[in-house]
Amino acid sequence: MKTFWEKIWLYFDYRFKISDLAQLTKKKKVPEHKYSFWYYFGGICLFLFIIQVITGILLLLYYTPSADSAFESIQYIMSQVKFGWLIRSVHSWSANLLIGAIFIHMFSTFFLRAYRPPRELTWVTGFFLLLIFLAFGFTGYLLPWNKLAFFATRVGTDIVGIVPIIGEKLKTFLLGGKVISNATLPRFFWIHVAVLPFITVLILGVHLLLVQTLGMSTPIGLSDREVKEIPFFPNFVLKDFLAWILILGLIGILCVFFPWEIGEKADPFASAPPGIKPEWYFTFMFTTLKIIPSKILFIEGEKLALFGFFIGGLFWLLIPFLDKKAQKEEKSKLFFIIGLLILIYIIVMTLVTYFFPKL
Amino acid sequence: MKRRRFIDFLLGGGIAGTIITFLYPVLKYIWPPKQSEVIVKSVVAGKINELAPNTYKIFKFGSSPGILINTKEGELKAFTAVCTHLSCTVTYDGDTETIFCPCHNGRFDLKGNVISGPPPRPLEAYNVEIVGEKILVSKRT
Amino acid sequence: MKRKLIFIFFVLLIGGNLSGEENNCIKCHMELEDELKAPAILFENDIHREYGLKCNDCHGGNPSVEDIDLAKDKTFKGAPPRNQIPEFCGSCHSNPNYMRKYNPSLRVDQLSLYWTSQHGKLLRKGDTKVAVCSDCHGVHGIRKAINPKSKTFPWNIPSTCGNCHSNKELMKEYGIPANQEKDYRESVHAKALYEKKDLSAPVCNDCHGNHGALPPELTSIAYVCRQCHLSSSELFSSSPHKTAFDELGLSECEACHGNHKILPPTDEMLGIGEKAVCIKCHEVDSKPYNIAKLLKQKLNNYLNRIDLAETLLDKAQKSGVEVSEPRFKLREVNTILIQVRDLIHGLNIKEIEEKLKNGNKLLDEIIEAGNSALKEVKFRRKGLIITLIFIFILAIALLLKIRQISKK
Repeated sequence: MKTFWEKIWLYFDYRFKISDLAQLTKKKKVPEHKYSFWYYFGGICLFLFIIQVITGILLLLYYTPSADSAFESIQYIMSQVKFGWLIRSVHSWSANLLIGAIFIHMFSTFFLRAYRPPRELTWVTGFFLLLIFLAFGFTGYLLPWNKLAFFATRVGTDIVGIVPIIGEKLKTFLLGGKVISNATLPRFFWIHVAVLPFITVLILGVHLLLVQTLGMSTPIGLSDREVKEIPFFPNFVLKDFLAWILILGLIGILCVFFPWEIGEKADPFASAPPGIKPEWYFTFMFTTLKIIPSKILFIEGEKLALFGFFIGGLFWLLIPFLDKKAQKEEKSKLFFIIGLLILIYIIVMTLVTYFFPKL
Repeated sequence: MKRRRFIDFLLGGGIAGTIITFLYPVLKYIWPPKQSEVIVKSVVAGKINELAPNTYKIFKFGSSPGILINTKEGELKAFTAVCTHLSCTVTYDGDTETIFCPCHNGRFDLKGNVISGPPPRPLEAYNVEIVGEKILVSKRT
Repeated sequence: MKRKLIFIFFVLLIGGNLSGEENNCIKCHMELEDELKAPAILFENDIHREYGLKCNDCHGGNPSVEDIDLAKDKTFKGAPPRNQIPEFCGSCHSNPNYMRKYNPSLRVDQLSLYWTSQHGKLLRKGDTKVAVCSDCHGVHGIRKAINPKSKTFPWNIPSTCGNCHSNKELMKEYGIPANQEKDYRESVHAKALYEKKDLSAPVCNDCHGNHGALPPELTSIAYVCRQCHLSSSELFSSSPHKTAFDELGLSECEACHGNHKILPPTDEMLGIGEKAVCIKCHEVDSKPYNIAKLLKQKLNNYLNRIDLAETLLDKAQKSGVEVSEPRFKLREVNTILIQVRDLIHGLNIKEIEEKLKNGNKLLDEIIEAGNSALKEVKFRRKGLIITLIFIFILAIALLLKIRQISKK
């Protein structure tokens, strides 16, 4: 005689083929070695993204995307709605942690050369996910409609305007007009909660599918003795889970001790406060544009810098196809140095923004 | 075997506890709050017929007070109630039909201009709109 | 825009030619040097020129002829000596029929006022060092008083008067100090004028008069201050101090607030402390002395409670709790504080206590709101601790589980 629970199990198993799937996960193995630590950041990114989705959905309940009432609705969430302060702070804090985790994930993937065949497309989709989440950050930052966000967005979109040929058009499309105004807010909201999530689901789906089907790569040059294999379920999953709840605790502490501020309501007609800068993850580009001479030979400095970032981004995207040595399972010193220089450049420029704001 | 069961118990309890501590704020969050509306740029300063002619009331406009006046002729006017001299809250003096600051006897006319006393600048006037029963006051843009 | 300018230029050119012939005074003087050229240049911006007046309207002569001897005909007056300047300007400015043509609202009593001023009186006695019209208004570059470049525009007046009155050598002869301008520049009035750019703040002439300038009499100082500080003055007049000051021959406002160097008033002026003005007259342990002490105590108590409320709200806000509601109430508390500071001039103890009572009631509510906001902070921290405990248990359990599985 089968128990009640067994009956239910059989009903669903017959229709969903769960046991086949379970069989598959049982067989699945994950390599473990001295660099394994870095492999958890992918999972952390996924977890933070899930938090963003949940808190984002919750915030939609009370947030109103119009210049008249956006700031007031955030104020309302922070003061009147029970635990509104928590939900909003979690959303803001984990957004920042997410961007940080993506950068760590990306550079660890780079230095461990996990992009070698057959995982080139995992790298490419990952690169696009980075761009998408930067766009999430950029659009989300404006939504509270406070003074700092307003002017930081103005600076940010001014940069878009420098891009040759399409710059002005792109800027007008983003801002809903020639300059940032009350019309900008609904657009950013639309991009933030509809356009980007849709694209994310597609690309993230491919990214995760590739990770599952291809499995995790083993760094070049590790001998068989140095690499163990552990079962994906439950060993690796439990470890992932441990990392996730530690991050959860960290977010909780950040939110209680440093609730995200509301600031002052944006006034499109006020003059910009001094020392305005974008969110930290854009500052390395922002500072580069700020300190570059206005003319280099006969080209405008800003345009040259933008072109540089474009070429740099393209190079970064195509890394798996350019690094011929990695394709032959060899470590390339050249690519190591290039990656290191890019990392140092980003760190130095970011530090310069905060420690030498007058530069 | 015993140890294993203990760990499973701990694991289950931990998961359950964590879920509850996270579910609690979320459930509280989605429940409608006491003040069930967002207060926006225009503020409900009062109801029509609430003010007799030649009287006034102070209302909250954002984070500062505003003054709503029903003139002798029955016209509704609204201004910031923050005196431009030392930020005292002004009142309306029906006798002289002027806005009056009790701190240093500053006086403003019903356009907000300074008539006498130390205030260096006029009072900012707001827009008044009547929607149904409500008197809505908003900033002039 | 450009077209408009050209048009205006031509209108001026034609208009200028129509209204009169060439001005040969200017033409010649422009070719001269230094002090003979200066009037011709300065006159460019002169208010009299704007009204269409020419050199001969004050100095006589005939500007239409080129020959210098013919131009300086019988009517030519040249520059008047200092002692004749007031009459020179007054010949037009005291003539209502003449002035009406140009500016019907302008007063015509400047000259008669001038003769009543200290400056005018001394000039009559033959002292030509005293100020005459041109010393304050300038010569040939004269502008309307409402022009910010004018020597008589509010924020230029202290230096205009100071030109002479800050000159120690010069003032010594008259036995008056020369520190008024310096004192004034440290005063609350100067602060309002120069820092807040508040043109309604008083300068020298608002208290001393301009054309009829005299130091105000002791008893009239209060009336001078009253022009702006109406409420404090009225309160003072109703206070017991009024009769006492009159009997003692003390000037009213000035006795406590000083004259030129009128500093921003502080709460320290009340009470029995070092900077208190009450103890200038009242002896230790006299009845008024004790009232001063009591009032100061009450005011201090009120101030301390405002401080407390502010710190509470700040603390709560820093911890991320919304406190805009009690902050709104705090404004009313500050209104009461300013009213109380004013009421002190009236010394109506009952009224002051009543006001403070209302304020303290509001403060009770604010402090309570602040405390409950801090409670909210504590609640958040408690919630966090509970959550962290669960997370901690879960983490330990996971660690143990992982160890257990990997052993197998």
